[in-house]
Amino acid sequence: MSTKNSTTRTFQVDYLARVEGEGALYVKVKDDRVTDVKLKIFEPPRFFEAFLQGRQYSDAPDITARICGICPIAYQMSSVHAMEDALGVTVDGPLRELRRMIYCGEWIESHVLHVYMLHAPDFLGYQDAIQMAQDHPEVVQNGLKLKKIGNALVTLLGGREIHPINVRVGGFYKTPTKRQLRELTDDLKWARDTALETVRFTAGLPFPDFEQDYEFVALRHPDEYPFNEGRLVSNRGLDIDIKDYNEYFTEVHVSHSTALHSRIKERDAYFVGPLARYNLNYDRLPPLVQEAAREAGIEGSCKNPFKSIIVRSLETLYACDEALRIIDAYEEPEAPFVPIEPHAGVGHGCSEAPRGILYHRYELDDKGDILHAQIVPPTSQNQKTIEDDLWHFVEKAIDLPDDKMLWHCEQAIRNYDPCISCSVHFLKLDIERE
Amino acid sequence: MNKRRQQVLCIGVGNEFRGDDALGLMVARQLATRQIPELVLDEQSGEGAALLQAWSGWDNVIIVDAISSGNAPGTIFRLDAHQQTIPTDFFVYSSHAFSVAEAIEMGRVLGQLPTRLIVYGVEGARFDHGTGVSSVVEAAIPELIARIEAEITGL
Repeated sequence: MSTKNSTTRTFQVDYLARVEGEGALYVKVKDDRVTDVKLKIFEPPRFFEAFLQGRQYSDAPDITARICGICPIAYQMSSVHAMEDALGVTVDGPLRELRRMIYCGEWIESHVLHVYMLHAPDFLGYQDAIQMAQDHPEVVQNGLKLKKIGNALVTLLGGREIHPINVRVGGFYKTPTKRQLRELTDDLKWARDTALETVRFTAGLPFPDFEQDYEFVALRHPDEYPFNEGRLVSNRGLDIDIKDYNEYFTEVHVSHSTALHSRIKERDAYFVGPLARYNLNYDRLPPLVQEAAREAGIEGSCKNPFKSIIVRSLETLYACDEALRIIDAYEEPEAPFVPIEPHAGVGHGCSEAPRGILYHRYELDDKGDILHAQIVPPTSQNQKTIEDDLWHFVEKAIDLPDDKMLWHCEQAIRNYDPCISCSVHFLKLDIERE
Repeated sequence: MNKRRQQVLCIGVGNEFRGDDALGLMVARQLATRQIPELVLDEQSGEGAALLQAWSGWDNVIIVDAISSGNAPGTIFRLDAHQQTIPTDFFVYSSHAFSVAEAIEMGRVLGQLPTRLIVYGVEGARFDHGTGVSSVVEAAIPELIARIEAEITGL
């Protein structure tokens, strides 16, 4: 692109920088059969794990929030729970409810961005959301307004929308008044209605016939659809305390990627995220969401990753409804946080980021300084499952020219909403045909 | 709204843990020390929907971001969003991004662009993990700030 005026030189600009992670996909095809699939991604948390060493336990929420511009709350929540586990602190009552509520805001923001700006254009045959907006401006406007309401929740509780600063180990620096929360009620009621329309809109999209026999892994709580707490369960019998994560899961080095592939020990790839949560926790959804799921034709179970767009819409509906429930029942806490006495310890935190479970583990010394940090983001856990999906899906599209093949591959990858900074930023496709 | 007509919103975009991508945030923070009466500052990660929201209601907006275009590191760019299309071909190859360029083009389609929207950028040398920008980008910052100040006071 060129530009020229009195203060400007002329240059070619290919894109503005947002290189928070980049990826490449290699597919090898022989005699119309796929013989190799390698998804290559670069993964930030390794840098942050080293960066955290030697810092105070209290620095973790602010630093890890900067790993991802889309899901900072997830990083904050997993880190504060891990630190509280290490330091023997329990946060309950209104503070716990506020944590669920800020997570509602993040799910709304993240899911709506993906559903409207990234995933819906695939199904409607548009190259991108900009093209879709030319034909359906009202659809995109609704999506943007819905996302803005998620932003408002995060901003009120997090102090600011980008890199929230109000979350701390033990609670919040400042908690909202009842009145501040109630001011969000009308917008959230509109959001809930619009989320229900979004479920209906996404349920009407055309879906490829593609189901796989996945092992879904998600948190499960006795009473709640999971955000912050629960046991780690799967549809193949896994049922463990989060502190046993490293005993049951392993990260495997693969030669084609700097990211590690997560596996369940003794088994193989697994699937985290909205589809896993939904399949494992359908019975924890309120009647309103279950009814919408019934209407959408995926009552109780969904194994088609392309239909994750419907599940994201259902979870958006849930997040709006849950935020309204919390506002309605909210009593202002006596103190904004539980006091902390630093000491040595080991702590684990696992919460449900929009894209799936995000595991943190910290070792602290007697002053509360971080000796060791471990962060396992959802996208690296899904990477092997994405490769497996591509392996099966590419064969169905084997006769397509490379540009169409890329489109299908991107769509299959997009089912997992790979995180902007946790994995793929832009994808280069390399198909080798023999 | 009158106040917003007289003032300029400058949005620094970036990630301070990704090398030269910290540029936009550094420039915003340095501009904050200049005490320019017409200037209001904001920082953003570059997520496009948030950008559309950030400039909503503003007439005069300047975005500062790092550029990765293959030109010489340290090169300063100035793009006028109303005079040219911001390239989004990158979007097609993206699996997640809805970022600065996409926000501008979406704003154009939806009629949500500020009356005046200027993008300033500096070509970066490195975008890997780490804090602090490369010396060639740091060397370009004083000229960039001088040009942005001239842009604001000349409005």
